[in-house]
Amino acid sequence: MNLCKYIKLFVLLILFSQLQSKTLTVGQNQMFSDLKTAVKIAVDYDTIIVFSGYYKLNKLNINKPLTILGKNNPILDATNKSELIVINSDSVTLKGFTLQNIPNNFTEDWAAIRLNKSRYCLIEDNHIYNSFFGIYLNRSLNCMIKHNKIIGKAKKEFDAGNAIHLWYSDNALIENNYAGKHRDGIYLEFTKNSRIVFNTSENNLRYGLHFMFCDNNVYKKNIFRFNGAGVAVMFSKNVNMHSNVFSDNIGSSSYGLLLKDIVDSKITKNIIKNNTIGIHADGASRCFIKNNEFSKNGWAIRILGSSVNDTIFENNFFSNSFDISTNSTFNKNYYINNYWSKYTGYDLDKDGIGDIPYRPVKLFSYITANSKESLILLRSFFVTLIEFAESISPIFTPQNLIDNYPLMNPVKCWK
Amino acid sequence: MFKVFKYSLFDQTRSKWIYLYTLFFFLVSYAMLYLNNDLMSGLTNLLNISLLICPLVSIIFGTMYFYNSREFTDLLLAQPIKRTTILLGQYFGLSSSLSLAYLLGNLIPFILYGVIVSDIFISFIMLLIAVVSLTFIFSGFAIMISLITDNRIKGFGFSIFLWLFMTFIYDGIFLLTLFLFSDYPMEIFSISVTMLNPVDLARILIMLKLDITSMLGYTGAVFNKFFGSETGIMISSITLIFWLFMPVILSMKIGKRKDF
Repeated sequence: MNLCKYIKLFVLLILFSQLQSKTLTVGQNQMFSDLKTAVKIAVDYDTIIVFSGYYKLNKLNINKPLTILGKNNPILDATNKSELIVINSDSVTLKGFTLQNIPNNFTEDWAAIRLNKSRYCLIEDNHIYNSFFGIYLNRSLNCMIKHNKIIGKAKKEFDAGNAIHLWYSDNALIENNYAGKHRDGIYLEFTKNSRIVFNTSENNLRYGLHFMFCDNNVYKKNIFRFNGAGVAVMFSKNVNMHSNVFSDNIGSSSYGLLLKDIVDSKITKNIIKNNTIGIHADGASRCFIKNNEFSKNGWAIRILGSSVNDTIFENNFFSNSFDISTNSTFNKNYYINNYWSKYTGYDLDKDGIGDIPYRPVKLFSYITANSKESLILLRSFFVTLIEFAESISPIFTPQNLIDNYPLMNPVKCWK
Repeated sequence: MFKVFKYSLFDQTRSKWIYLYTLFFFLVSYAMLYLNNDLMSGLTNLLNISLLICPLVSIIFGTMYFYNSREFTDLLLAQPIKRTTILLGQYFGLSSSLSLAYLLGNLIPFILYGVIVSDIFISFIMLLIAVVSLTFIFSGFAIMISLITDNRIKGFGFSIFLWLFMTFIYDGIFLLTLFLFSDYPMEIFSISVTMLNPVDLARILIMLKLDITSMLGYTGAVFNKFFGSETGIMISSITLIFWLFMPVILSMKIGKRKDF
């Protein structure tokens, strides 16, 4: 019986070995001296190994499923003449290269690696320097972009490209990449069901991450910092933002996280610190903001009147200049069980919940909205005095914007 | 001058009020740190309290001290010592003892809570510098008021009004003006008005460190330049130094002409 099994297996193995693809090598004293000929000669599902070295290359089209591996980081240089690698086929793997010097081209959006309608591709362990666009996915489904380091040359927003750019490319996995000095770190448009995890996006001119019309996406454990305007998530529903760090986005129109027309999304366990505006919610509805830490922001949450039915629950607010600000006198969102470091109430029954409600919107944020220069009076006694008067009988601030059960101690959920 | 300064300082150390002042700040900052368990919020609370209490104590305690030591001053004036020497000695004696009391009261709890290794150390130092400057400025006002009028009740009235004006009324008028003229560009106006009040100036100096994220949220070129670069700190520091000298020089002028 056992023997029969082994024989079957042996026969199968032999059959598979017949199917096995060839391996081609590129490099000095190898089968090929340049990648282009190797790609031309290779047949479907072959593997090309490129040995370390410096290769000048312009526009390499890959029209068949290949696995192209770089050994010890070979450098492919476009020498500021053209774009570099264009993948037009399914199931291409590109791994372990350094790609550099791709010039700007505004009509074709030149990129270091471009995928046109290719499915099941893997782009891994590449370093991309000095490129207009880094990795550009155009209608490419089910692709993976992992462990890439993309550092650009962007100086001005209008002549810069994005590090990772996805256009109609559903089911993507973007993992463990570093994107810096581009216009947007990671840009997604019309891209559904994707996962963006463990990436770092910093020093980008515009957004660290930019979402447009992208439903059902998850992004978690990313770090977005020192970007021009933080992270923007727009016109999408069902987005899950989990355990990210949004920090150090400072400037007059700068946000940690910008929500624009977002529905049914979850924002949980994020750390949002040192931003001018932590979360700017404009038309964010039915969102669930839970267990986030807001610290040292100018405005922790600026929630506009267009945002309704949001739940702000069990968050920590530490030392923000303003905790919540709004432009509306009505409140249609729920604030409950948050920890506010400015809360001055007491807890006589010792259940961990303050006995008097907390009003997170201060009169002063209303004043600054009307006369911006008065910001200079922040922390002045006169302001404290009128804020106190307002908190006793609210006239200008929304009466029902209130946390009825504020926590006495911070929520612990990050360690 | 140093001798008068020394006697004045020793005189202060015999006063129980200065110890109460130290103890007050020790208890306040310790309690705040204990209750918040967070240096940052402790610092912001301390900022609020210091900006209120320190000018008040300096000006009231100062006026009281100068009125009470009037006989001693008269005695000194009979000696072959220059008037300015006596007045300056007493001024420095008062203001440095108050500053020392403040520093001692706050440094101990904050150091115990590890401010030196924390990231707000510079903000904390900034706070101390600003408040010590305020102490000096308001002691200067105290000596000035005690020289202007010999009537104690009047003197106290003046000093309380001055404190009230600098801490509350000024900001109230300022805010009202900003509101009334909100259609006009008020950036340069608001910065210069802030410079004209030492309490606001001290607040701005600390805010440049503490609240820079929100300050840069305002879209105005002048604010951005003021808060976004070293310009803000430079201008505020220079103005603060001017404020340090102003009341003292005025008092010396009044003191020279005064008929004791």
